[in-house]
Amino acid sequence: MVKSRDTQIVVQDLRLAYGRKEVLHGISFDILRNEIFGIIGPSQSGKTSLLRCLNRTIDFTPEAHVLGAVCVDGDDVRQTSNVFSLRRKIGMVAPLPVGLPMSIYDNVAFAPRCAGMTRRNELEGIVEQCLRQAALWDEVKDRLDSLGTKLSGGQQQRLTIARALSHQPEILCLDEFSIAIDPVTTMRIEDVLKELRRNMTIILVTNLTQQARRLADRTMFLWNGAIVELDRSDVIFSDQPANRQTYEYVNGIFG
Amino acid sequence: MFTETPLVRRKLRQERIAKWAFFGMAASMIIPLVLIIGYLVQRAWPSLSLSFLIDVPVHGMKEGGIWPALIGTIYLVVISLAVAAPVGVLAAVYLNEYARDNWFNRIINLAVINLAGVPSIVHALFGLGAFVYAARFGYSIISASLTLAIMTLPVIIASTREALASVPRSFREACWNVGATRWQTIKAVVLPNSISGILTGIILQVSRAAGETAPIMFTGAIYFKAVQKGDFLPYGLGEQCMALSMHLFTLSTQVPGVRESIPFATAVVLLGAVLLVNATAIIVRGYVRSRKKW
Repeated sequence: MVKSRDTQIVVQDLRLAYGRKEVLHGISFDILRNEIFGIIGPSQSGKTSLLRCLNRTIDFTPEAHVLGAVCVDGDDVRQTSNVFSLRRKIGMVAPLPVGLPMSIYDNVAFAPRCAGMTRRNELEGIVEQCLRQAALWDEVKDRLDSLGTKLSGGQQQRLTIARALSHQPEILCLDEFSIAIDPVTTMRIEDVLKELRRNMTIILVTNLTQQARRLADRTMFLWNGAIVELDRSDVIFSDQPANRQTYEYVNGIFG
Repeated sequence: MFTETPLVRRKLRQERIAKWAFFGMAASMIIPLVLIIGYLVQRAWPSLSLSFLIDVPVHGMKEGGIWPALIGTIYLVVISLAVAAPVGVLAAVYLNEYARDNWFNRIINLAVINLAGVPSIVHALFGLGAFVYAARFGYSIISASLTLAIMTLPVIIASTREALASVPRSFREACWNVGATRWQTIKAVVLPNSISGILTGIILQVSRAAGETAPIMFTGAIYFKAVQKGDFLPYGLGEQCMALSMHLFTLSTQVPGVRESIPFATAVVLLGAVLLVNATAIIVRGYVRSRKKW
């Protein structure tokens, strides 16, 4: 059933080095359209670096060298003429919450404005929709003009998610999105993700293996910059994944 | 239970001594300032009055006020910062936000740092050669202002970069992630949140530009210029002008038989202007800090 859908992202022999230190050792995999793709692995295994190759924010790290190909919808991201529309196509939620030093409304309206949208009612619609999707609307609807940086950590994280949704991405990357949020809110956002997957591809990087098990269709176990195993989640989280290391990591025997 | 053992007592004593030693050094900074101001005001007292500010010098500068010098200093400061501030801020934005770490940008950095270390008398000679002779501006307000601008530029660049760097990188990354260009990021997040630091850095250069003597002496300041009393804009840009620092130097060394309270009063005006400007900088900083956004 998974195989019948088309692929949206193709990563081929991707190598990434910071200076002389190689952190991704030539990895290849595909991500299918509208799937939730889980990436698990201990810290320093290259998960965040991988995401930064995807939307090319790796460009902002001067000593990073990228080899290999990352294709989104058939276009190599390193050949693309408009990197800004590529980034708008990919919503990115960083692990630490970042409320921009502007009002809550402007935080969410920032990306659409950068893309050239100016009409007020359109912007208001997007702001409300994204805040609702991020399970934040009810808490902030009466104070949209207060500063985004003054929200609590968990609220800022949901604001970050709202901002990532505000440019209506086709792909949503969540990098450890739940480390600053309480379990109840996490569950609400997980429900939202299940809704969003109908018109979005979701890449879920997480340290919580249970979260990947709950949400992901397929899960990739990344370790020290190499893929240990990539399979359907029910295989990865079963008693018999193909690789012994996967079993041990998922069940907390090594880490 | 807490008991005061000899060891604890010794530690507490050391702590007290250290604190007072540090406090003493810091507090002693007040002494020279108070002494300078007190001494100057006392010596200047017979000449200090409002008319001293707005009168023109008469009788070979032995009588009268300092209006032409005061207004000349304002000319020089305003024009030099009108040149140095935009150039410096734009250069700093480039260096901090756009520049990659390559050999060319390293040369720019090195140039900025070294330019800041060049003595003002060397700036003066450079201004003389570059603006007075090579660019044919002659001895004029333009030449003197440009010389001051070159002198203040590297410091404005450095203070602006510091202000820009105080905006956390995570804000920039959040903007880049949603597809904002560097310029959109700078406009929406970086500049609005560093403008206070940038302004403070520029304002502090006002006092530096007002106080320097050598650069303007070589390029456009003059000992004496006859100005009608009540003339508020006495100079053209291509003319030479009087200036407070220059006036002080002239009165103290070149004019025999000046009442001694006059140069001291000039010094009080110069110092007062500098303190006024610094106070403005402190107020700007305090105001913006009170509405800090994160």
